[in-house]
Amino acid sequence: MGEAIYRTYRVVARRSEGSVGATLILDGPLQAEPGQFVMVWLPGIEERPLAVMDDDPLALTVRVVGPFTRALAACAPGDRLWVRGPYGRGFPVRGEQALLVGGGSGVASLTLLAKRLMQENGHVRVALGARSSDQLMLPWRFRELGCELLLATDDGSEGLRGTVLDAAEPSLSAGWADVVCACGPEVMLLALARRMEGSDVPLYLSLERSMKCGLGICGNCYCGNRLVCLDGPVFPVQEVLCLLEPPP
Amino acid sequence: MAIDMRVDLAGVSLPNPLVLASGIWGSVAGTLVRAASNGAGAVTSKSCSLAPRIGHPNPTVLHWGHGFINAVGLSNPGAHVQRQELARAHEELAPTGAALIASVFGDTPQGFADAVHVIAEAEPELVELNISCPNVESEFGRPFALDPDAAARATEAVRAVYAGPLLVKLSPNAPELVAVARAVVAAGADGLTAVNTLGPGMLIDLEARRPILSNRVGGISGPALRPVAVRCVFELAGAVAVPIIGTGGVSSGHDALEMIMAGATAVGIGSGLYCEGDGIFRRVLEEMEQWMEQEAVDSLDEIRGCAHG
Repeated sequence: MGEAIYRTYRVVARRSEGSVGATLILDGPLQAEPGQFVMVWLPGIEERPLAVMDDDPLALTVRVVGPFTRALAACAPGDRLWVRGPYGRGFPVRGEQALLVGGGSGVASLTLLAKRLMQENGHVRVALGARSSDQLMLPWRFRELGCELLLATDDGSEGLRGTVLDAAEPSLSAGWADVVCACGPEVMLLALARRMEGSDVPLYLSLERSMKCGLGICGNCYCGNRLVCLDGPVFPVQEVLCLLEPPP
Repeated sequence: MAIDMRVDLAGVSLPNPLVLASGIWGSVAGTLVRAASNGAGAVTSKSCSLAPRIGHPNPTVLHWGHGFINAVGLSNPGAHVQRQELARAHEELAPTGAALIASVFGDTPQGFADAVHVIAEAEPELVELNISCPNVESEFGRPFALDPDAAARATEAVRAVYAGPLLVKLSPNAPELVAVARAVVAAGADGLTAVNTLGPGMLIDLEARRPILSNRVGGISGPALRPVAVRCVFELAGAVAVPIIGTGGVSSGHDALEMIMAGATAVGIGSGLYCEGDGIFRRVLEEMEQWMEQEAVDSLDEIRGCAHG
């Protein structure tokens, strides 16, 4: 019938993500590149960007941080979501031995990449970090895909006690990876970028920003002279290193 | 012979007539300078008020079949924060030769004056008064741009505190557009920007059975606005002697030349950045130059306002 701005999906299944939030499996596919995002509207509540966790069927993982994400995470099978997109530049699907590094809600933008890389017969190691084991995002999904998991928690309740960078360190120092892709808090991305300075292994970073249009028009998601929705959210490290915020 | 694309906008020399329109790409030095480095002859910051504003919740900007509809609600960090960012932008813009136009709005004539007073310290080449935002009517009442007297009062109040080049951005929704233009020029405006968004309009989602924008209504821009904008520029150029930035749906050299023929001195580009990003400035300039070469037109002065016959 044409012209509709949103595609409407129904929630088919909801999977709790511990104390973090939930994953919603929807009733249809969405063709997307790994790392791209969609704008999700809940009428009467708000519209926000979310990473495409999986593409067929479309799945979204939501971390509860405010009223919108609380309402989204509370969706039950049968509930409807309004989706536009996908938008932005995603991760290149390259590398025979890929190291993915994720923290916070950013982890959801790495799962589709892991799936594509596994489909290409790549070896995928995934380093995940969180405060404690119940806040680790989507380890089940990476396990399901057959990735090798490297876990770290601040309190040592799962994996090694430390940061996600500690979990990734043995792979980094052994020169295991031929590509590294990361998404998470900017402090984490900056630390990873600094750790890999001088390395010739390509590093791609996915940035997170508050967005309004998602279309490269409003400028709300700027990072220096870049627009995260238009130029990103995934950037080769060289493009954004000088723009990342140093830790306070 | 080289084609001369320079234009004089209210005493400010621009390397070319293309202007990044207000509200596009925000107000930070990084994105404004990027637009200038990629060919914009001037860049306009997003409208700012004395006090910060959050604006409307999302959805605020939507792309539909023939353009955009938006109701961002004038979100901005407030004049004091904006002043610092614009001062930085002004400094970084210098090597590009592009002018900085600072867009300002207020809820009262004094509100306009207070905000301009602060922003002027960033030394933008021009100030643009946004008296025509259609998206804050429930909060601020009828836009000043719909009424000649109200528009003149806002302009006068600013003129009393700011001596530099002053543009006033008009609304295509004004029933007496020419009367509004004459009133703001008499009150001291040095130029006009024509036009702001059209409408307001509304989009309804069939599944949700409700308006999509959180503000319910929003201003229309992009291709759907263009013929209306051209008509407005044509009417204004025939009625007032001040320079006009013709803005509304321009996305090609053809569209820009159409604005010039209607009487515009410079041409704003906003929604056109969709898809193409800032590559649009160079492309539109090249298309303009190509046409001018073919038609043996050496400068824009030769064709400006020619549609008036």
